[in-house]
Amino acid sequence: MGPGETEITLTINGKATKVKVETRTTLLDACRERLEITGAKRVCDRGTCGACTMIVNGKTVYGCTTLAVDNVGKKIETIENLTAGAKPHPIVPAFSNNDALQCGYCTPGMVMASKGLLDRTPNPTYDQVKAGLGGNLCRCGTYVGIRKAVLEAAKELRASGGRKSGGSNA
Amino acid sequence: MPNYSYPPMEQRRVMGKRITRLDGMEKAAGKAKYNSDVRPKGTIHAVGVFSPHAHARVKSVDTSAAQQAPGFAAVSVVAAPGAEVNWAGQEIAFVAAQTEEQARDCARLIKVEYEALPHLVREENLAKAGSRGKPAGEQVTGDPEAAFSAAGAVTHEAEYGIPVITHCCLEPHGQIVAWDGAANKIEYWPSTQAISAVGGDLAKQLELPATQVHSHQDHIGGGFGSKFQSDLWGAHAAKLSKMAGGKPVKLYLERREELTIAGVRPSVFGKVKLSASASGEMTGWDSTTWMTGGFAGGGLNADLLPYVFRNVANRRINHTAVSTNNGASRAWRAPNHPQVCYITCAAMEDLAAKLKMDPMEFFLKNLDKTPRADTYKAQILKAAEMIAWKQNWKPRGSSTGTVKRGLGLALGTWGGAGHASRCRTTINPDGSVLIEIGSQDLGTGTRTIITQVVAETLGLPMGGITLKLGDNNYPASGASGGSTTVGGVSASSRKASVDALDKLFAAVAPALGVPADQLEAVDSKIQVKGNAAKSMTWKAACAKLGVSAIIAENANDPRNPGGLTTGGVGGCQMADVSVDTETGIVKINKVVAVQDVGLVINPKTSDSQVYGGVIMGICAALMEERVMDEMTGRFLNADMEFYKLAGAGDIGEIEVHMDITPDHDKRGVIGIGEPATVPTIACIANAVANAIGVRVPVLPLTPKNVLNALHNTTRRLA
Ligand code: FES
Ligand code: FES
Repeated sequence: MGPGETEITLTINGKATKVKVETRTTLLDACRERLEITGAKRVCDRGTCGACTMIVNGKTVYGCTTLAVDNVGKKIETIENLTAGAKPHPIVPAFSNNDALQCGYCTPGMVMASKGLLDRTPNPTYDQVKAGLGGNLCRCGTYVGIRKAVLEAAKELRASGGRKSGGSNA
Repeated sequence: MPNYSYPPMEQRRVMGKRITRLDGMEKAAGKAKYNSDVRPKGTIHAVGVFSPHAHARVKSVDTSAAQQAPGFAAVSVVAAPGAEVNWAGQEIAFVAAQTEEQARDCARLIKVEYEALPHLVREENLAKAGSRGKPAGEQVTGDPEAAFSAAGAVTHEAEYGIPVITHCCLEPHGQIVAWDGAANKIEYWPSTQAISAVGGDLAKQLELPATQVHSHQDHIGGGFGSKFQSDLWGAHAAKLSKMAGGKPVKLYLERREELTIAGVRPSVFGKVKLSASASGEMTGWDSTTWMTGGFAGGGLNADLLPYVFRNVANRRINHTAVSTNNGASRAWRAPNHPQVCYITCAAMEDLAAKLKMDPMEFFLKNLDKTPRADTYKAQILKAAEMIAWKQNWKPRGSSTGTVKRGLGLALGTWGGAGHASRCRTTINPDGSVLIEIGSQDLGTGTRTIITQVVAETLGLPMGGITLKLGDNNYPASGASGGSTTVGGVSASSRKASVDALDKLFAAVAPALGVPADQLEAVDSKIQVKGNAAKSMTWKAACAKLGVSAIIAENANDPRNPGGLTTGGVGGCQMADVSVDTETGIVKINKVVAVQDVGLVINPKTSDSQVYGGVIMGICAALMEERVMDEMTGRFLNADMEFYKLAGAGDIGEIEVHMDITPDHDKRGVIGIGEPATVPTIACIANAVANAIGVRVPVLPLTPKNVLNALHNTTRRLA
């Protein structure tokens, strides 16, 4: 049995956010069940499917496999940030344009993994896209559109000189 | 009788166009709300206790410690002492607490004692099934023995198998449910393929009138045939809510239970003998197959054998359903078809190799035994062109080097006619249009295609239509299964909108000075047919309605669809693979899919359905397999690490060709979700056999199974 809840402050999408969690509460569950930040999904809950992908201190992480309390003081970016600004991050319309989604349950994780990939590798080759998304699974079979979407977003980002889009630079 | 027919293909402005799905941005931005994201005020959490035994009698269930635990809210016991459990994962109890963490603690504190009983969890060896196998009667047409022993007949006899696989929906089965005991009303947020029916199903479990349950769902994270019912966990979540004073209870299965008890696809294993004349005329088929659909048994229609080539002159079919101590099977995207397609097309490829014939020629030669020879012929030739079959196909086993390349083909079929569906169209005096329909968008594009049909019908842009679905307060529409949704909802929304438009024509005809039947709706105007000068804007026309809206309701009648929808399609797929004979790793180079599917409302989303179907087929061909442990009776790989699905780098290139032609278009709208996934497994398996020179009889095509086949160490089935 856990020792009960304590209040911590997480920095999510540039905002200091207070939340009561148990030490065993994952970052994903803190967001989904306590803060109503529900873009990231819980699917395998064990670090294999990527549906819960977030970006923490610039690195893509599985939100289900890191504890909320371990993320105090870190910059946590969730998918909600990609449309928080005046213009969405280009990866978002690219997914829609290329029909890179069906049921959409894997999609937030795919989008965040793609964003993370583009942050690291702004000019990815097709093979880098395939490998870069290797940590995310889709049951509906949307990979054909996803691979195109990432390349399209990369092109768009290059054309705009990496112009800032999305919300706070979390 | 109004004319509901669609305008001719070349005159359509919205239907038939590659339109981006309406909820694409919402989903890509993570804003789409699934019911597993919904959190009504006061929500508490429930988790389950499940049997660790595949077969046992429950001796006692003690919930007293759980009831003392922090946060405890309510407990509901499913399996009382004395109950027999018949598979590992069967529900014993559900418990609710303030937080999910607390609910898990409570579940851990529930003590259950079992008396373990003998179990059977594996079915590949039929001899071990004993009395648990239920043979269906033998079916014989013609004289198979005579065909096999005829002079010059070439026969082939072998074993094939395809294991049980799971749906593995990413959004697990479950719901949020709130049962207000005083009003006896239930608010229900399920994850369902049947929003119009699932509330009634829940009410039935709870012995309430169906009218007491309000069900709502905007999005569903995958179903694939496994999400039609309200399920035990739905009923117990509702009971927990009532016990907890009506608080909403959130109860979703954990991944282990999701894979174990929320539906699987039946296996099929079998021994097949078939024959052909030396020139490749298929003359006889004899198959003895068996499978498991879980404890209840059932679940495979062996009468479909030999698949597609069903009209072979001499045929014998034997089939046995084996009851095993496993969770129940559920409909799985194209029930029966991928399995019987594999058994048939693999055996045919093997016989073609024995005949030293190109399997494509062998398939072409025998199309007279199929129900649609001309369609299949055109599809085979098209697919062959797309994959460059003539240049790339080599006789079986002639590929040299360590990494061997091969090509394979398979054919599929499906029904896909529209289900029963009602739709209500409202045209308001301010010009706004509302469509209400008790359907659901599984991610197949249902929202988008309904809106296209209505926009086409009313001569409006898609943005002028508000569509509401996903609620059992709307006119009832069928469950989304069997690829019947697109046909059903397109027909009902077309008919309701034509009816509404006819009423609008009647209201404005006097002002335009012609009879109502002389009017048409184009470009947001009502005009005299062919005379844009005599017109009135849509808005001005609607303003003539004064204060009362036009409301029209109509339905698709599946027995009399009036040409708007039909069923019955064919498809051909071909695969190009490379197999590393040292590691056993199969790499997909390319899969091509040619499919006819009647009138296509949105080629963009229908292509996506085919990509998805092919990718699911790739997963099943290469990786998917439920591994049951004989000793413990448990599902060993009930997670997403060892139950493998393909990733973005595992699928090669996929090319889709949809047969969009005036002839197919005339048949009306037909569903695509299921046919697209049928031939994939078989064409990949055939490509592997072609590459490495031997058959990998039992799928999946894992390195282990491939190496066993290469070294002739595959275990015989029985
Ligand atoms: S839910 Fe976190 S990786 Fe699957
Ligand atoms: S879109 Fe359904 S799981 Fe990926």
